Amino acid sequence: MGLVLSASRFGKLMEEWSKKYDIYAPALFEGSGPFSDTDQVRYAKVTSLEEIVFDKKSNYPFKEAILPITQVLFYFTEDEVREAAPRGRDAVIFLRSCDFNALRSLDAIYIRNVIEDHYYKGVRERAKFVVMGCESSFDNCFCVDMETNTCSGYDAYIHLEADSVTLDIVNPELADSFSFESGENAQITPKFVTATTTRVNIPGNLDASVAGSDMWDEYHTRCTSCGRCNFVCPTCTCFSMQDVSYTDNGKCGERRRVWASCQVDGFTDMAGGHSFRANKGQRTRYRVLHKVYDFKKRNGYHMCVGCGRCSDACQEYISFSACVNKLEKAMGVK
Amino acid sequence: MDINVKKVKKNAFRVTKHRGLTASRVRVPGGDITSEQLRIVAEIADKYGNGKAHITTRQGFEIPGIKYEDMPKVNEMLQPLIDQLGINQDTPGTGYTSAGTRNITACIGNRVCPFANVETSRIAKRIDKAVFPHDLHFKIAITGCPNDCVKARMHDFGLIAATMPQYERDRCISCYACEKACRLKATQALKIVNERIEREHTKCIGCGECVLNCPTRAWTRSKQRYFRLAIMGRTGKKNPRLAEDFLLWADEDSCVQIIKNTYKYVTNYINLGAPGGKEHIGYIVDRTGFHEFKKWALEDVKLGPDTIVKEHVNWGGIRYGLHY
Repeated sequence: MGLVLSASRFGKLMEEWSKKYDIYAPALFEGSGPFSDTDQVRYAKVTSLEEIVFDKKSNYPFKEAILPITQVLFYFTEDEVREAAPRGRDAVIFLRSCDFNALRSLDAIYIRNVIEDHYYKGVRERAKFVVMGCESSFDNCFCVDMETNTCSGYDAYIHLEADSVTLDIVNPELADSFSFESGENAQITPKFVTATTTRVNIPGNLDASVAGSDMWDEYHTRCTSCGRCNFVCPTCTCFSMQDVSYTDNGKCGERRRVWASCQVDGFTDMAGGHSFRANKGQRTRYRVLHKVYDFKKRNGYHMCVGCGRCSDACQEYISFSACVNKLEKAMGVK
Repeated sequence: MDINVKKVKKNAFRVTKHRGLTASRVRVPGGDITSEQLRIVAEIADKYGNGKAHITTRQGFEIPGIKYEDMPKVNEMLQPLIDQLGINQDTPGTGYTSAGTRNITACIGNRVCPFANVETSRIAKRIDKAVFPHDLHFKIAITGCPNDCVKARMHDFGLIAATMPQYERDRCISCYACEKACRLKATQALKIVNERIEREHTKCIGCGECVLNCPTRAWTRSKQRYFRLAIMGRTGKKNPRLAEDFLLWADEDSCVQIIKNTYKYVTNYINLGAPGGKEHIGYIVDRTGFHEFKKWALEDVKLGPDTIVKEHVNWGGIRYGLHY
C-alpha cells in the first residue's frame, strides 16, 4: 500500500504503532562518540519521527535490536534455574537495505544452523522491519557489488521527502486500526542506490589457497585487535557465555551471553591456556574470508552486505574493501 | 632618540639588545590563529621588521627588527588581528595593551586532538577576556587531558580537563580494553569484577582512556566537563616547582572565578618593594600561607557537587642555593 503522508500524519501512525510495538531506529546520541564533542548514531527505542536519523549511516547496525549486546539467558540459585523473561512487546525495526539483507545471515546462524536458538528466534519472530530508502550511498558503502542494495520481503518501506513521508506498507498488521485518507494513497518507488564509489571484486574462483598468502602479514602490524569491525558488523554473530555468581551471595547468579569478537584477545583461548590464532594478520584473514568466502560455501550467498561500517570504524584505517580487492592477486601466491 | 621604554613595554614592544630596534609581541590567546591572521604577522615582518618572526613559548609571535619610530604604523597593521582575536583594548589602533599577565596558552584541544576532553582554546579566550589587560604577573594554561602537553603544571593556574566516565554495563563485552589502557597508561582505576568493570573514583583522573578504547560505547563521556585545577607551579631562579592540585572535578565557571578572585588577593598582599614592584603569586602564597590564599580564592565560588577541595597543599620543587 503506497502512501504519501504529512510528517504529522506519520507521527500519528507512529503513535499508533507505539501502543503495540517497541520501535527501534537509528537515533542520535549526542556526545557519545569516542572523542569529546562527537556524536554517534545507533539504535534506540524511539516514539517520534524526529528522533530517527535518516541522513547518516548508523555507526552500529540494527542487530542490537534483536541480538542484544548482553542477553541474560537464565538465573540460578542453589537448586533452581529460571529462564530470563522474554522481551515483553513486539518490535518494529527501521533499517536500510544492506542491514535487511544482513538479517538472513543472522537467521542462517541462529535459526537454520542445526539447532534453533530459541532466544534469538523468540525476538526475531516478534519483529517487523521497515526498510529506509537510500538516496545515495555513504562513505565506504559497496552494497551494489554485494547485491544488497535492493531487498524485498520487508513489512514496510519508508523514505523522507522535503515535507512528506513516503511509505509502502506491505504487512497489513502495520496499518491496523489506522484509517488512511483517500488522498494519501500514492504510487511509490522505493529508493535503492544503483552505484557506489567504493567497489569490490570478489574473484568468482576464490579458493582456500588465498589463506596461505602473505597478503595477511601487514595486518599483523596494522591491526590493534580492538574488535570494532566485529561490533559494527550487521552479520557478526559470535558471542561468549558468562556464568557469574553475584558478589553479595555467591549461591545466586546468572548465565548471560555477550557479543564476542574474533579479533580480540581471548577468542581462541582453550582449556589449558593455548590460544591458537595469536597473529592479528591471521585473525584478519579468518574474519575477511568468513565474510566473503566460506560462509557462502555453506549458505550460497556472501555474509558481507557491503555496509562498510568496519572500514568506517577502524581506527587504524584498515579498509575491508581494499583488503577484499587484494584477494584476486593473492590467490595461488605464497 | 628619546623613548619612554616603560610605555613601549606596556604597548607590547620589547627593548632589545640592538640599539634603536624593537620587537612587536603578538599575543594569540590559546594559540588559535587563522591563515589570514598569520598573513598580518608576515606582512608586518616584511614591511617593518627583518622578515623574520619568532614563535614564542607562550603561543605568540615576536616580530624583531622594527624601528622604534615605526611602532604606530605597526600598531595600525595589528588592528585587524587584534579585532579578530577579540583582544580587550582601550583605544583602537593603538596596538596591544601589554601587561604582567602572560598570554593564556592552550594545547590544540578537541578541535583536533582525540585525547582532549574540551575545546581548550575557547576556554583560553574566555579567561583572556575576563582578566586582560592586567599588570600582575599571572601565568595560566589550559590542557585538554592529563597528558598536559601545554605544561599546565608549570603555571600559576593550570586547568587540566577531564571527563567523568559513564559506564553502561549491558553494552560491555568484557574485552577489557579499558582496563588495559587504564592500567598501562593511567592510574589503574578500573577493576574487573564478574567480567564487568568497576571504576574506583578516587583513583580516576578523568583522562578518558576508557572511553577512547571502548569498542561498543559502553564507556561514554559525561555531559558535564570537569577540570583539575593545579596551582602555583613556576619556573625561575629561586624555587621552580610543579603546580599541585587544589581542586578536583571542578567546573569551568568556578575555575574562572577563582582566577579572578586571586587578582584581588595578589593586589592586597603583593610586596611592592619587590624588584620592579613585581612579585609572583606563588611566592606570595608561600608568604601568606595556602589557607589565606584559599579563603580569598574561594570567595563567592559555588563549587559543583562533584568538586573535591584539597584541605592542604604542599609544594616541593628545587630550591636553588637554599639561602633565601
